[in-house]
Amino acid sequence: MPEVPAARRPSGELEAQVLAALWAAHQPLTPQDVQLALGGDLARTTIATILARLHDKGTVARTRVGRAYAYTPTVRDPAGLAARRMRTELDREEDRSTVLARFVSDLSDDDERLLRELLGEQPDTREVNGP
Amino acid sequence: MIFAVWAPFLVPFLAAPAARKLADALHPRAAAWVLTTTTVALAAASTVSLGLLAVAGLLRIPLVAALGHLSLPWLSHASPAAELLAGPAAAALLAAVALALRTAHLQVRELRRARAAVAGSAIEDAPPTRAARLPLRVQLRRALRELVALDDHPLAVLDDDRADAYALPGRPGRIVVTAGMLRALPAPERAALLAHERAHLTCRHHLFLAAAAYAAVIHPALRQLRAPLGFHLERWADECAARAVGDRAVTARAVGRAALAAARAPRPARPFLAPAAAAGPVPRRVAALLSPHPGTGGRRRAAAALALAACLAVTATATLDATTDLHRSVETAQASAEHATHS
Repeated sequence: MPEVPAARRPSGELEAQVLAALWAAHQPLTPQDVQLALGGDLARTTIATILARLHDKGTVARTRVGRAYAYTPTVRDPAGLAARRMRTELDREEDRSTVLARFVSDLSDDDERLLRELLGEQPDTREVNGP
Repeated sequence: MIFAVWAPFLVPFLAAPAARKLADALHPRAAAWVLTTTTVALAAASTVSLGLLAVAGLLRIPLVAALGHLSLPWLSHASPAAELLAGPAAAALLAAVALALRTAHLQVRELRRARAAVAGSAIEDAPPTRAARLPLRVQLRRALRELVALDDHPLAVLDDDRADAYALPGRPGRIVVTAGMLRALPAPERAALLAHERAHLTCRHHLFLAAAAYAAVIHPALRQLRAPLGFHLERWADECAARAVGDRAVTARAVGRAALAAARAPRPARPFLAPAAAAGPVPRRVAALLSPHPGTGGRRRAAAALALAACLAVTATATLDATTDLHRSVETAQASAEHATHS
């Protein structure tokens, strides 16, 4: 459970979590789906508000499903293609550690084995996300 | 002067290993601070020493000596080697400046590319309206909102199947994550990932990295501190994430799973990021999260701290000594010149 109550967390933090859940899902999500995906941590009204705000910004698109809206993250092409190209260029940089702090660095074969042991994971299991 | 001015070049070879040892025994936040302040202080002392050597040689140029009313015979008698050393010192100083400019250029280019990738990607907040056209009231309100939301870092998702995530410094700083990474992690681990990247931005880790990058161009012995600094900054962000999600195991799994996901989709080869010999940084981060209380080597930590403190003290004293020495020799040379004209 988070130490900070949901209401006191900065709005951007909640937005990020909701957006991440939408991207991780493979289909449109209703506020209820998002609530389930996030582990029931947030009130559904809060999630609905966040989704509406994201929709206002054009970050997500929505379609009506019954009485609720279902949301999907928007991909504004051809901008998405431009992003891909830029990333490929970024990858070419030899030493990227100068400014960007990356979440994970490269793994050697030993690292990979050690990591699977530490995590108690079977080789190549993929966690399937919630709804 | 001749000894004092050399100390700052030699000390980093001893201080850098001591700083690494000390950092390994500290909490990641303290470790990052120790490494950064050590590199910056030692690089500054080296720069001052190079400057002193170059200036001491500069004074031997007849024109400079005449302008400063200095006695050339006295100067060449006082330190005969100054002329020989000044050239290499000046060259080293220029090389350091050139390398620093190159580092700055690379950093700016890298940041610009990263920002362009985010700007062209799926997720961007409302595009910034041209500020000049807005009424002052609106501008003020916007500035105020930005100030309040300084720690509010928007998420930018790149529509890319390869797993990757990083913190992009700026105003506001952005958390950049690929769709591939988000799909590889279950919800609690996604929260840990976001908290980790947010910590990088909130604690301004990019400034630590930049400081170490610039220090490394000044003294080659300081280069070995960059990788440990990067590691401790990741550990620092890991600890923040563990606190934010309230679960060390979840955070550990997030780091591990993300690394495995990233390894599944190999990126183009990066020659300068050679794989670590023994256990790489990621398994060590995971292990540190899973067992937060390793045996604290109290005595070893004290020894490393003492060694590092001694190194820094020697450097500071030597730099100060060399500076006052040069100052004094200039004054004496002036007095000597005055004496020569009067007699």
